[in-house]
Amino acid sequence: MVEVLYFAWVRERIGIPREQVETEAGTVGEFIEELKGRGGRYEMALSDLSSVRFAVDQQLAESATEIRDAREIAVFPPMTGG
Amino acid sequence: MTVRVQSGPFDSGRELAALGGAETKAGAMACFVGKVRSVSANPIASMTVEHYPGMTEAAISQHVDEAKRRWPLLDCLVIHRFGKLMPGENIVMVAVLAEHRSEAFRAAEFLMDYLKSRAPFWKKEMTPAGSRWVEAVRQDEEALQRWDSEPASSDQNQSFSDFHPSG
Repeated sequence: MVEVLYFAWVRERIGIPREQVETEAGTVGEFIEELKGRGGRYEMALSDLSSVRFAVDQQLAESATEIRDAREIAVFPPMTGG
Repeated sequence: MTVRVQSGPFDSGRELAALGGAETKAGAMACFVGKVRSVSANPIASMTVEHYPGMTEAAISQHVDEAKRRWPLLDCLVIHRFGKLMPGENIVMVAVLAEHRSEAFRAAEFLMDYLKSRAPFWKKEMTPAGSRWVEAVRQDEEALQRWDSEPASSDQNQSFSDFHPSG
């Protein structure tokens, strides 16, 4: 089980801030495809992957980042701090 | 080196006065304070800043460490607020203490470029027409990328400092 966190408009579109997910995915990209495969809100929130960023165990990650031993995956829009 | 992520306001003058303590080697202090802006063409009632508790502090600290590798900094302060903020309020403060102004200016700008597009914050503006998430802008990404081609050592600063020994 991995803890999945959503932030900003990704959180609003999916409708929840976090959830536990059972996954067999090996990479972030595969994991996101699994989520999109749920359809509905997930498919809508994740339809444009160029506008979504990821972190694995609180480190910024890419689609190819391995998640085999990950405890936490976060999905969010490009950051707008400062 | 201090990193604070907080919902409450901060007094930038008091923070600056406290930075560095009894440090006497410092010839330069550079500071940037970012504020919530509301202009007539784009009025906002308030702004809400969301962040990723746990990751935020650690991610900023990693980048402060990177700034210290690049420039000989004597002290450094980063404060970033989250939650609901009103126009005119401070959002962010970066202050850097160094021997000379070159490294102080550059490190402060480096840290701000990072905070803009790599620290896990997201801004939402509440306007008379409704609310909207602030979109990342290309210029912020380009501002960050220019540091990739900067030398990580301080050779360049040293030669610059030679011409400006008083900081």
